[in-house]
Amino acid sequence: MVNWIWLFMIVVSVVVAAFTGKMDTVTQAAFDGAKSGVTVSFGLISIMVFWLGMMRIAEDAGLLKTLARLLGPLVRKLFPDIPPNHPAIGYIMSNLSANLFGLGNAATPMGIKAMQELQKLNPDSTTATPAMCTLLALNTSSITLVPTTLIAIRMNYNSANPAEIIGTTLAATFIATSAAILADRWYRRKAAPPANFDSNFKLNKKSLNNSATAAGGDSLV
Amino acid sequence: MYELFTMISAWMIPAIIVFIPLYAALRRKVPVYETFVEGAKDGFGTAINIIPHLVGMMVAISMFRASGAMELMLAGVRPLFDLFSIPSEVLPLGLLRPLTGAGSLAFTADLIQTYGPDSMIGRIASTIQGSTDTTLYVLTVYFGAIGIRRTRYALKVGLFSDLVGFLAAIFICLYIFG
Repeated sequence: MVNWIWLFMIVVSVVVAAFTGKMDTVTQAAFDGAKSGVTVSFGLISIMVFWLGMMRIAEDAGLLKTLARLLGPLVRKLFPDIPPNHPAIGYIMSNLSANLFGLGNAATPMGIKAMQELQKLNPDSTTATPAMCTLLALNTSSITLVPTTLIAIRMNYNSANPAEIIGTTLAATFIATSAAILADRWYRRKAAPPANFDSNFKLNKKSLNNSATAAGGDSLV
Repeated sequence: MYELFTMISAWMIPAIIVFIPLYAALRRKVPVYETFVEGAKDGFGTAINIIPHLVGMMVAISMFRASGAMELMLAGVRPLFDLFSIPSEVLPLGLLRPLTGAGSLAFTADLIQTYGPDSMIGRIASTIQGSTDTTLYVLTVYFGAIGIRRTRYALKVGLFSDLVGFLAAIFICLYIFG
């Protein structure tokens, strides 16, 4: 997919330039684009270095684990079909808390481990389970507290207030994630027989208290 | 509403960078400065690793804009976007966002470069880019890792939330910064 988009943009540019007689401009634009790519990447260094330093402190202080534990009740509500003491729950909580801190590099391995655990509960290993779809929905909409990359780019292009988009981003990401959860719920209800879904849900609610200690059992390294 | 958003934006980073080291030092006896330096080392590599992706995408986008192809593509949808006073320049970003992370990041950088970070387009682009993840990539990585071939409704849910996020970003920015 990415290959085709890339090829499409380059080929169409040259074809259009041939008609509009802007070939020189397009050649110049290619070099300018390459230069911008490097400039933007270099502009990311300062924020990345700073933010990852901060996040290491958060990690060493166990803050990601604490956050994961706080997410416990929500996770159990969103994944009614995972047994309460199953290791998948811990990985999902770690995945979500790493996403919140904008740590993509830590979130992805946790998400994959969660998927592997969910696969063990899967009767048909080539078809996605509802729990897998829910985890995916949460990750594709990804709530992030601080959009560090964007702040760095805005800073690089001399924004008067690089951080001013934090509020709007939080609001938009919250709405996108809510939409993902609602759509996921809707498909779940459509896919599974309602009676089954209800009993699963109640069963899980009851065992919620017993399993509170199982939360966040896995460390984020 | 504007005041609330401004306050959140202004306080989020200071709150985080005060709370984290303070908590770590007082409650968990973490050697905060040394830990910071240790973790910060990874930042350089992370930024440098983006270079080839960003160069590749920015070359293509820069050519696409300079040739007039972008204008040609947007001319058709402009009247519809004007109807809702949405800048049509952000449409390609909405299309790229679920498909390629590097591509949409490059396009956001290109919009910020062309129209300025503090323009409405620059603010909307920043919000769109920051508010959702690359659905296709997440789907490929997560399901690919465990050999899932029938993904059922996962893609539909992801794309639906991308669309909602895209529209939410536009209207929130128009409302807050308008």
